[in-house]
This record gives sequence, C-alpha cells and structure tokens, in this order.
Amino acid sequence: MTWLDTNRAYVLDMLVQHVRLAVPAIAISVLVAIVLGRIAWRWPRAGTVVLGIASLLYSVPALPLLIVIPVLLGIPLRSGLTLVVALAVYGTALLAGTAADAFRSVDPRVREAAEAMGYSRTGLFWKVDLPLAVPVLLSGIRVITVSTVSLVTIGALVGIPSLGNLLTDGFQRDIRAEIVVGVLGTMLLAIALDVLLVVAGALLTPWRERRPRRARATTASAVPAVEGAA
Amino acid sequence: MGIEFRDVGKTYPDGTVAVTGFSCSIPSHRTLALVGTSGSGKTTLMRMVNRMVEPTTGTVLIDDRDVHELEKVALRRSIGYVPQAGGLLPHRRVVDNVATVPVLTGTTRRAARTAALQLLELVGLDPALGKRYPAQLSGGQQQRVAVARALAADPNVLLMDEPFGAVDPIVRRDLQDQLVQLQAELGKTIVLVTHDIDEAFKLGDQVVILRTGGIVAQTGTPQEILAAPADDFVRDFVGIGRAERSLQTVDVDGRNIVVDGSGRPVGVLT
Repeated sequence: MTWLDTNRAYVLDMLVQHVRLAVPAIAISVLVAIVLGRIAWRWPRAGTVVLGIASLLYSVPALPLLIVIPVLLGIPLRSGLTLVVALAVYGTALLAGTAADAFRSVDPRVREAAEAMGYSRTGLFWKVDLPLAVPVLLSGIRVITVSTVSLVTIGALVGIPSLGNLLTDGFQRDIRAEIVVGVLGTMLLAIALDVLLVVAGALLTPWRERRPRRARATTASAVPAVEGAA
Repeated sequence: MGIEFRDVGKTYPDGTVAVTGFSCSIPSHRTLALVGTSGSGKTTLMRMVNRMVEPTTGTVLIDDRDVHELEKVALRRSIGYVPQAGGLLPHRRVVDNVATVPVLTGTTRRAARTAALQLLELVGLDPALGKRYPAQLSGGQQQRVAVARALAADPNVLLMDEPFGAVDPIVRRDLQDQLVQLQAELGKTIVLVTHDIDEAFKLGDQVVILRTGGIVAQTGTPQEILAAPADDFVRDFVGIGRAERSLQTVDVDGRNIVVDGSGRPVGVLT
C-alpha cells in the first residue's frame, strides 16, 4: 500500500479520467440503443437487420476500431473522444437487443388501454412504454456499465489515460502494487456504478413488487409497504 | 342521437373478414351489448367507436357525427374506456390511474386527484386504496378502478371490453349490479362487449348476438330474444334448452314456486 500512498494524486486523477470516459460512453450507448431498440420493436423486419448489424459491430476487435474511428471521424487518435465513440459502439451493440426486448416486455393490454384512453403517440412512449421498459432496460444497462468500465482500460494502449495506465505502467516497470491498484480500482468503480444503477432503478420503479411474498399477503400488510415506498 | 353503426365492415389486409355490413343504432343513455364467441367481431365493432379500428366500409356516428371526421386522440379522450382485466397502468398509483384522462386534457393533477378519490367512492372502493399500485389490488378491485377511470372525464359514451370477464362469478355479479346501479344514476351511452349472454341480458337494453365473421344472428331486447330466438344458433347461444332457462311454476301450499328445468326451485312468483 505504500505505492498507493505516494501516488494517491495520480491514481485519483486516472480514476477521474476513467469515469469521464466511461460515463459518456454508457450514456450514449443507452440513448442510441433505446432508439435502435424502439425501431426494432416497431418494425420487426428492419429490426432484425439493425440488431444483426449491431451484434456484428460487437465482434470488431477493439484495437483496430480505435485506429479506424479517428480516421473516419477526423479526430486525433489519442483523444478521449475516440475511446468514447468506440465504447459507445460496443455498448450500443450489446444493449440494442435488450432495449428491443424491454419494449416487447410491456404488457400489450396496458398499451392498448392507454391508447384507447387517448394517449398520443409521443405520450404513449414517454409515459407508458419507456417507464414500463425500465426494469428490462436496466438489466441491460448494468451489463454494459460493467463491461464499459472494464473496457476503458484498453485506451491506455493507444495513450488515452485511465486506470488502464496503472496496468500498462505497472507491467512495464514491474510494479506489482500499481497493477493491483489498477485492477481493484477498475473493479470497484464498476461495482460502485452498478450499485448506483440498482438504487436508481429502485427509485424509478416503486411500483414493482419487490417482495412477492408480502404483496400476496393480506391487504393489511400491503398498506405499510406502499407508504414505505412513498 | 346516440351511437349508430351504418353498414360497417372490416376486412384486414390478409383477407380476414372480421365484420360485414353491420348496422345498428343505440339511443343515448342506453346500453348496447355486443355478444358472441371469439372471432365474432364484437370487439372489432366496439373499437370502431373510438377509432382503435377503422372500418373498411361504412361509418360509425356518435350523436350524428361521423367519428372519422373527429381527431383520434381528442375523440378517445371524450369516450370512457373500460379495458379487460390488466388494462390499468401498473406504474401509476390507483388515484393517478383514475385521474389519467383529466390530466391528459389539462386538469391540474391536484384537482384531478381530488375528483379521482370521489370516483373511487362512487364505484364502491375505499379512497385509501388510491395510494396503492394496481398490482396490490384484487382483480375485482382493479376492474372497479377501471370503471372509475373511464368515468373520470364525465364522458357521454362508455366502451366496455369484456370488463368483468376475468373475475370470479361472485365478484362479477357484484360488479354487474354496481354497473346497473351506476347506469341508472348516470345514464351513459354504453357499448359493452361480452361473451357471456347472461351479462348481456343483465346489462344490455339492446343485445346484438354475433356469429363468426361479424354476422348478426339476432338483434333485440333481452325479452325479444328470449321470446323469439331467430334460429337454432341463437337458441343454442342463449341456452333456451338449458335447465336454468326453462322455468315453470309449481303450487306449494298456495304459493307459486318457480322451478327450473331440472325441478330445482329458484324463487317465488310474487
């Protein structure tokens, strides 16, 4: 731990860089995946093609992708943006199918009743489909969050700083403590973001029965459960 | 006035004929019950009223106005809709479910919620249930909420899509009794879809019995249909031959006891 004590500022700096790369990549993935998932849900035939291309993109090796993106977008190789775009591609590829499933998971009886009551098309999306898609969507977001946080480290290979630098530097200079801090730091960050997502999910879906046994019990016990959620 | 189906038909792009040449009208403040087996087009017909389904031929009129000329969303908001079981918004509290349409049409959330609590009482629910989510209510309670929600914007027309089909018989009878009572008070123009002939007879002023392909087997009041079933299909469907439909009276110590076809006493003639 002496290595960590003397390099605290450096590690913290790399942690911040890591978060700055991972979070935008995850956010872009979520937004694009929701759009693609919605398209796939709305037009199943086009969806098969879109989701097929998406999963194909996931199979592109990371290093070539990091070279190709700057060329295609005309941005510097070592820019953080390059890595964010690459990670967003992977995240989207991984999440788009789940997003389509999330929209399919919405009970058609609920959608139909909502439409018959007079929700407009946009109202139906924002007020009914999207909130009800959250549980399935969130399960996918948790997966890509963990995978994105871990993938950020490869940026170190092309000179985009993150906790990955601790790994490359530690290997080159044979500092075992630095490698351990890099690995544990990355894992802890992934776990922390995952916990945040679980908490956010619980706040977004207070209507879900979290304790089926209790909900099935008598009406008397269901009331405090609701008040607790309020 | 009221609702009029004028020679409507619905053929789907794949060639399936759901309804052909259906005409029927129901005066304001009356209940039309569309009854038939699955595939008889009864739900399709009801859904034409709020343009969830567009007829391929003919027109549907509400108070002499062709619904096709009305804006879809506004039309739907002006019509109360009671869905089948499971049609409540699971992510909204009961009170917000009931307040849905008023909020959509611009009533403040607070005012809509206050009104919603009163509506819960009107349909026989404890307003304290307003705080719960639909999944925390019984099936019967959920359908009461669905009725309250349909009434929230005080529409003239109510569409009911097998509203009590999924609840157990005792609860179903309760809900039907309540609807009869509410209707006596509110006088809505109702189109009710059901596969249960007893429900159709109990709730409908006018009953349309449909056979596969949306062909009308018979239209009439429950009395007319029971008195003169048009054909064997109708006779079968309403169960003329069934024991509980063939009642007779027997004299027991000077009182007329009504017994069904199997001799089981069902009541006293007064």
